[in-house]
Amino acid sequence: MRNQSFTKHYYIMLLPGFIWLLLISIIPMFGIVIAFQDFNPGKGFFQSEWVGLDNFEYMFALNDTPVIFFNTVFIAVMKMIGNLIVPLIFAIMLNELRMMLVKRWIQTIVYLPHFLSWVILSGILLDVFSYTGPINTVMTFIGLDPILFFARADLFPFIIVASDVWKEFGFNTIIYLAALTSINPSLYEAAAIDGAARLRRMWHVTLPGLRTTIVLLAVLSLGNVLNAGFDQIFNLYNPLVYSTGDIIDTWVYREGLLNMQYGLATAVGLLKSVVSFILIIVSYQLASRFANYRIF
Amino acid sequence: MLRENTWRAKLFDLTLLIVLLLIAFLCLLPLWYTLAVSLSEKSAAAAGRVWLWPVGFNFNSYKQIMGDGSFFNSFWISIQRVVLGASVTFFITTLMAYPLSRSTKEFRMRNVFMWILVFTLLFNGGLIPWYMTIKELGLYDTIWGLVLGGGVPVFNVILIVNFFRNLPKELDEAALVDGAGPWRMLLTLYIPLAVPVLATVTLFTIVYHWNEFFHGLVLTSGQENYPLQTLIQQFVVVINTANMTEDQYKRMSELSNQTLNAAKIFIAMVPVLIIYPFLQRFFIHGITLGSVKE
Repeated sequence: MRNQSFTKHYYIMLLPGFIWLLLISIIPMFGIVIAFQDFNPGKGFFQSEWVGLDNFEYMFALNDTPVIFFNTVFIAVMKMIGNLIVPLIFAIMLNELRMMLVKRWIQTIVYLPHFLSWVILSGILLDVFSYTGPINTVMTFIGLDPILFFARADLFPFIIVASDVWKEFGFNTIIYLAALTSINPSLYEAAAIDGAARLRRMWHVTLPGLRTTIVLLAVLSLGNVLNAGFDQIFNLYNPLVYSTGDIIDTWVYREGLLNMQYGLATAVGLLKSVVSFILIIVSYQLASRFANYRIF
Repeated sequence: MLRENTWRAKLFDLTLLIVLLLIAFLCLLPLWYTLAVSLSEKSAAAAGRVWLWPVGFNFNSYKQIMGDGSFFNSFWISIQRVVLGASVTFFITTLMAYPLSRSTKEFRMRNVFMWILVFTLLFNGGLIPWYMTIKELGLYDTIWGLVLGGGVPVFNVILIVNFFRNLPKELDEAALVDGAGPWRMLLTLYIPLAVPVLATVTLFTIVYHWNEFFHGLVLTSGQENYPLQTLIQQFVVVINTANMTEDQYKRMSELSNQTLNAAKIFIAMVPVLIIYPFLQRFFIHGITLGSVKE
């Protein structure tokens, strides 16, 4: 009895959210038909000419395509590795610190960059790494030649990865710190009685205690193999570093919205969405099997 | 905890402390540097003479911004966006989360809706179809395009749903016996109990709307409709995408007004710094609460 009378209200509660979802997320999913059209915004989805797989054929013939896919995967995978390992090391170090007040202050400070936008941080980075900026001043001081960092294609991916790890490591530490609190303190005592020194205890107690968390985070990050971070790269790159820094998302933006190659850009975007979808499904499967992880 | 008082243990602790403090310092350094540049003399900043302390301390950059109409206009758009975005998101996500937190016995379609929601998290139509849809809906160049353009924050909904599901079932039963319907249950029982997680997701939403620049760029026709981050992106950060040589690039970055740019960047940072202590207090708690499942 309760079910019937309440269900109606449940639908009313869901209504605004699902209208929003329909308009902004679900309708664009049908818009992927643009990938199979010579799309003309004046004619719309229904009147534009169908061209079959022409856009895809063109995409695979383009010289840009392998470059942007390689750049995307290269940057994304390096970020995944950095964002897994640096916070882990930091969390273990922080865990060893006995001064609680200092510990809390350090935590508070390192989370901060996560909440600042890439627009702001890029503005700062471009200044810090500029030709007359502090980094180059130091380099000149110790006798090195100044470098025009953001004009160097060979350095660009590494600056991207390093600055991303710098921005996110504090925030990524939270999950490790939460996992560390669940390690039974008696394990440390037992290890100490067995004569294990501090570093050995970190190796034999702390690290194994984090194993599930590490595996889970690694597996879940798989879905990001094609996400190299649009906001960051868009705000830091320039034509001089396209060869190593241009990624799928920035390319789709330029070709699609600036050069109005709608069909082609949608085709590339669709390829990305489909591959990411498969990767996420696989990663969730693995996560639920190995770490009993469920999203809801 | 275990304590060792040998000199080696003390050395270990001291080294650890120094390394950790250095890392924390490294996180603050760029922000502090920006503040120092914004308060320095133009020529000193251009010559790279500013380090951790302003050279030729003055407020000229900030005074100049005070007279900049477009900066204020964009600031105001961002404020509107944050207020509308946070309230609309709070209202809609909380309302959505309640039915989705019911068991399938109570709400048969629960899993169907949940899967639709999660599906949008896993798959999307991509940039161009999204952009065309927003245009067709008439949201282009409006504040609502910025408020709603990001779509339903599915992750927030899931966080709230998980929190609701972990509240003791006995509360629910007691309220039912008292004759409370779903609306009363949500308003008088669930929302007050979920304050930590609701505060967390609301603060996240505020930060998201304040920081987001891309929708401001593609969903508006020009400067007069840009939110602050987009304005800064376009006039401070962006480097013209025309073909250029290394020398041209160097000259371009030398031409920029560093102190003024630094002041703009710093002002755009201030709102986040202001809510940061609250954010800090809530988010760790909120996140860990929402992520624990039965």
